[in-house]
Amino acid sequence: MRYINRGVPKVDYKALVTGKGVYVNDLAPSGCLVVKVLRSPHAHALIEDINLNRAKAVPGIEAIFTYKDCPDKRFTLAGQTYPEPSPYDRLILDKRVRFVGDPVAIVAGENEEAVKKALKLIKVKYEVLEPVLDFHQAKDNTILIHPEDNWKSLFPVGADNQRNLCAHEECEEGDVEAVLASCDYIVDEVYHTKANQQAMMETFRAYSYKDTYGRLNIVSSTQVPFHVRRILATALDIPKSKVRVIKPRIGGGFGAKQTAVMEMYPAFVTWMTGKPAKMIFTREESMIASSPRHEMEVHVRIGANKEGIIKAIDVYTLSNTGAFGEHGPTTVGLSGHKSIPLYGKAEAFRFVYDVVYTNTMSAGAYRGYGATQGCFAVESAVTELAEKMGMDPVKLREMNLLKEGQIMPAYYNEINNSCALDRCLAKAKEMIGWEEKYPAKDCGNGKVRGIGVAMTMQGSGISALDTASVSIKVNDDGFYTLMVGATDMGTGCDTILSQIAAECLDCSMDEIVVHGVDTDVSPYDCGSYASSTTYVTGMAVVKTCEILREKISAKGAKYLGCDAEDVEFDGEKVTNLKTGESISRAEIGNNVMCNNEDALSASEAFSSPISPPPFMVGMAEVEVDKETGEVELMDYVAVVDCGTLVNPNLARVQAEGGIAQGIGMALYEDVVYNEKGKNYSNSFMQYKIPTRLDVGNIRVDFESSYEPTGPFGAKSIGEIVINTPSPAIANAVSNAVGVRIRELPITAEKVFWGIQEKSK
Amino acid sequence: MEIQFRLNGKQVAAEVAGDSILLDVLRKLGCVSVKCGCETTNCGLCTVWINNKTRLSCSVLAAGVDGQEVTTLEGLQEEAAEFGRFLAEEGAEQCGFCSPGFIMSVLAMVRELDNPTIGEMKEYLAGNLCRCTGYMGQLRAIQKYMKAKRMQFQAAGEEVQA
Repeated sequence: MRYINRGVPKVDYKALVTGKGVYVNDLAPSGCLVVKVLRSPHAHALIEDINLNRAKAVPGIEAIFTYKDCPDKRFTLAGQTYPEPSPYDRLILDKRVRFVGDPVAIVAGENEEAVKKALKLIKVKYEVLEPVLDFHQAKDNTILIHPEDNWKSLFPVGADNQRNLCAHEECEEGDVEAVLASCDYIVDEVYHTKANQQAMMETFRAYSYKDTYGRLNIVSSTQVPFHVRRILATALDIPKSKVRVIKPRIGGGFGAKQTAVMEMYPAFVTWMTGKPAKMIFTREESMIASSPRHEMEVHVRIGANKEGIIKAIDVYTLSNTGAFGEHGPTTVGLSGHKSIPLYGKAEAFRFVYDVVYTNTMSAGAYRGYGATQGCFAVESAVTELAEKMGMDPVKLREMNLLKEGQIMPAYYNEINNSCALDRCLAKAKEMIGWEEKYPAKDCGNGKVRGIGVAMTMQGSGISALDTASVSIKVNDDGFYTLMVGATDMGTGCDTILSQIAAECLDCSMDEIVVHGVDTDVSPYDCGSYASSTTYVTGMAVVKTCEILREKISAKGAKYLGCDAEDVEFDGEKVTNLKTGESISRAEIGNNVMCNNEDALSASEAFSSPISPPPFMVGMAEVEVDKETGEVELMDYVAVVDCGTLVNPNLARVQAEGGIAQGIGMALYEDVVYNEKGKNYSNSFMQYKIPTRLDVGNIRVDFESSYEPTGPFGAKSIGEIVINTPSPAIANAVSNAVGVRIRELPITAEKVFWGIQEKSK
Repeated sequence: MEIQFRLNGKQVAAEVAGDSILLDVLRKLGCVSVKCGCETTNCGLCTVWINNKTRLSCSVLAAGVDGQEVTTLEGLQEEAAEFGRFLAEEGAEQCGFCSPGFIMSVLAMVRELDNPTIGEMKEYLAGNLCRCTGYMGQLRAIQKYMKAKRMQFQAAGEEVQA
């Protein structure tokens, strides 16, 4: 194999490391109208009156729009396959504002100064309403967040706007209550994870213009160009044929850009004025009006017999989708379906959830997509179970973990085709020195070191839904153009898909040109999310290459004047095996450009009936200061089974980066609202993402299984890597000082008060 | 007001307002490697050199660089490509949005610190945030780059002695 399992540098690296202008704001033409929005100061209010007279008089102001100018057809900003599970609950601008920061007016002007001045001069009269800020009190509250008649849910997700309910579901196998009643040990606890910001370095941004044909063109930093096309057409109430979306290089996504957070504002301005328009979210806007992780409260009941066999798991999740339902009905499912199946000996499980609306910013998709929240809860609970039994939590996991070949009842009865979870656990244990370090060691200087463990699984794409298509053309001198609709957001999928193509076509990667996404040109792909690209789009590349090889052979045979059965294509040339005569790919590429009636290209699509889970084990070593409660992360060890590694370097950095984000979630990151619903975590001053001094040492290794349905045995890696730090660190803190933290983040204050409580 | 300064070795003039930020002025002058990531001096994406010292261009008034020497990644293309190769060989440039500011800091660090320890490197670069990589790959790249530089230096020294 020449390219699979090789750490080749990314195909776009030179431009990135030399600072070339390849991102949205670098490419936007000068002369774009500057677009900003006026935001509501109230968490819940009705707009009674807006006076624009003074604002419109500011020199340089081109247009100001209010809800009266916008279509009254609701839609969702969630980048999901149509019909979206997320309810249609949005308008571009609405008479009702539902969180502090909800847009009230769109202002477009020639320069930033004029727009900022106009924003200050808009006079809005609000009828201030009581907000619903506590997500425990949202369901069946008399205050309704979406009382409107044209709210609709396209999908049977159990949503009911008259109950502030965005989704509800129950599923069960076996008799959970009976099995729990028979257990010798039971843990019954509630775990709380907060909203988290993806905090990609490039904030949300897009620019738009009308092209030669009067169509709306949007250049956007997005993970979902094809969904953005549909969303904008729906929002603006115009035909989809009128919209084109282009994705240049993007400065990180992590799921944030799987929601079309802001494309509609410049798009609406361009559509109405005919002029190019640009909107760059400030970091503050990216913190207060974006698409963070759903806050969840997860109630876990888990029981084992005295031998240590986990018999039943019962999970109830309450998820806070905020003011709008983007990704609300879908993220929550992973909190159970990707945490419960890890324990393969359970006889019964139950998983029930409610997703509720509140007057906080809308949540969205963030790496891990609910699995992260469920992992914190279930992996904490399993360790608490081990503590109750007086058993080593690694041993409890070794006894109960899911094995290759097992059916996973809580994972839609999929068969566990490829799984090295047992090997991951064994290797992680060895790497961190579990036997020597468990459970803790007093350093003698007021500090204690403890270690903790967590396991996790994710998926590889959305089964029987995600669709990727790929086209490959043969050009003059035989070079290939690889057209994909999957969106490289820095992760390196343009490189990985090129590697797969080069492997399949037996050529050098230099001979493959890969093209970023343009909805007018690229073949359809639902986009890069749900850990789908390597697995789903990768398989589309494999399929396309197979067909293209046949076509190249057939063309070669034709030019050689022989039967297609008699030739072989080795990647460089087509050879007539009977005569030894051959024709090079370069010659074929040139020949098809002359007197030819069938184009030498192939395009295939792929969708998978299953979503094979990658697996991972994380182990953390922390040092806790007994005086202050401060937790310092010393060492983090992770072993990942993502199947075959297509590019080991990129896989490693995915893992290290995901773990660092998980460490941020575990120890530092918190979205805090005041009693009126104002978001205090509105900058990097308040919302602290880890620096290189905060992540300790992260060590990653791999134990690969072979996934028979994936490209060269590969599964996914993008999301799973964020899941383990929160529970592993919480478990390590518990081992160090005996304090169990069930609400993230694990701050010094919480640990300190826990220590005080214990010493009473 | 008009200011004049040296930008990447060339004398330039720019018309700026009293409250113009250097970051915006540099981008208008075509130095699009300079990025804005936070507006609160936390992220380090806008790092440039003023008189060969790293500064956050989002927190410097443009008027203040009148008569000074400003360097951006556009003025260090060869070195950026050389270090960038090490970064890419770890897969640690990822989305690349923080790369210019980070590389400006790394190139300043190798000039300022002599044989820094890992702790000193982390300390020096702590102001450069990255959300993609978890920092480990960046550190591997720096260590390999510095080792390669030392070997180049030694080889050059041996040549002179020979």
